[in-house]
Amino acid sequence: MSSPRSDSATGGEFTSDEMMTVAAARSLRDEAVCFVGIGLPSTAANLARRTHAPGLVLIYESGTLGAEPERLPLSIGDGVLAETADSVVGVPEIFNYWLQPGRVDVGFLGGAQVDRYGNINTTVIGEDYHDPKVRLPGAGGAPEIATSCGEVLIVMRHNPKAFVSAVDFVTSVGYGRDGRAREQLGLPGKGPVRVITDLGVLEPDLATGELVLSRVAPEVEVEQVRAATGWPLRTADEVGTQEPPTERELTVLRELKATLGNGESS
Amino acid sequence: MARILQLDTAVAELVDDGDTVALEGFTHLIPVAAGHEIIRQRTRNLTLVRMTPDVIYDQLIGAGCADKLVFSWGGNPGVGSLHRFRDAVQHSWPVPLEIEEHSHAGMANRYVAGASGLPFAVLRGYAGTDLPNHTDTISTVRCPFTGEELAAVAALNPDVGIVHAQRADRAGNVQLWGITGVQKETVLASARSLVTVEEVVDELPEQPGAVVLPTWAVTAVAEVPGGAHPSYAQGYYERDNGYYQDWDAIGRDRERFREWLDTEIHGAGRSAR
Repeated sequence: MSSPRSDSATGGEFTSDEMMTVAAARSLRDEAVCFVGIGLPSTAANLARRTHAPGLVLIYESGTLGAEPERLPLSIGDGVLAETADSVVGVPEIFNYWLQPGRVDVGFLGGAQVDRYGNINTTVIGEDYHDPKVRLPGAGGAPEIATSCGEVLIVMRHNPKAFVSAVDFVTSVGYGRDGRAREQLGLPGKGPVRVITDLGVLEPDLATGELVLSRVAPEVEVEQVRAATGWPLRTADEVGTQEPPTERELTVLRELKATLGNGESS
Repeated sequence: MARILQLDTAVAELVDDGDTVALEGFTHLIPVAAGHEIIRQRTRNLTLVRMTPDVIYDQLIGAGCADKLVFSWGGNPGVGSLHRFRDAVQHSWPVPLEIEEHSHAGMANRYVAGASGLPFAVLRGYAGTDLPNHTDTISTVRCPFTGEELAAVAALNPDVGIVHAQRADRAGNVQLWGITGVQKETVLASARSLVTVEEVVDELPEQPGAVVLPTWAVTAVAEVPGGAHPSYAQGYYERDNGYYQDWDAIGRDRERFREWLDTEIHGAGRSAR
């Protein structure tokens, strides 16, 4: 699935979604332990494992430790994960023994809304919890991934409805409503260190917890990113441009996506 | 000792109107046929419990079987939203649906507490989230040794726990393997339990890494080949991804859903196996 702006943004050689996936993959260092969700995070983690990070350890919340799927899994509990894992454990164990004590270096999150302090909403759109405009899927594993992983990468498509000043509901905490929550709550993990979108990369200003534009995707203007952001987006002193995907990254990514078959979304 | 029953008999005996019922399965081994039998028997006012309510819960909710859902993530995996669930929450169709929501870690620990005979479980969870403001089975507890404040969640003890497994023997010992989710905890936490299985065999073969539920911990076993379809049963059949995709269009539309209910659940020739 590609966002419609891909051609204008990239000249048609690669899509903005491919850039986003490659950027997410590059954020994973070799031998890191990574808690992976289905969709783009799973694609990015498997791309990293096939390129610069062959020792990346993938954990899926269905209970598979060290999965090495030869094709992209279609769901979090795909049989290919259990068949290739070092170990398959129950769901209480994956959260209590493996996530909770801080054994996971990197967690991937996404959602319907993210706000200027990196808080994520996957619960309800609208101000009244009991009478929501849109009922979303809910929390899943995200609240504890957000607090227990060494660091969090957020991956989301950039638009003003998704990038809001304050989320309607904090499902998973970033830096809290005021940017200071992590120290107040004494959370072990660093929280969101990077938000990777189809337009570029935001990173937190560590003094305030506010997300700031640090890089734009190739051929994307800063103003475009501002227009797609629901708060007055600040920029880093120098806004860089992301390196476009290499031929190898694109080849491996497209081979991976082809393993999904039957039009399943990424 | 577990009794080996027909599915329709087992559901009729074990599941009553107003019960709290957990049909668990984490993508794998989802007890779909048992869920369909609950719909077929027109069971009402259930409190349904599940970490990951997916298509079968969408069907149960759309059919009006439930007035409350206890869960942590509700969606059609890899496809999108559950439209019957959304319609119930947003428009009270066909009946209002109360919700009680948690995180996966919280729900998993609630089952563990229930299976352990404890009133609550302790975890590092829910920090900084808005969930405790809306869910009264989330609270805090102070560690008596260190003074640290931790999250506490109330135990889950369903009236009926229903899971699917690969095999049982004729004595009712159950064997399941692959991704086993919270199936063991669900059976042990519930007052009564039903396990549907792909096959009943004379003797359970060796299976590395398998979970075995002894017959004396299970109320009833029903042989239902294909009973986890459209999810999968490792060693038996693959996930039917097309079914999940097709459900999106059916679930989106009340009329199409009613037609589905009439033909696929209540229709002639669709009686319980």
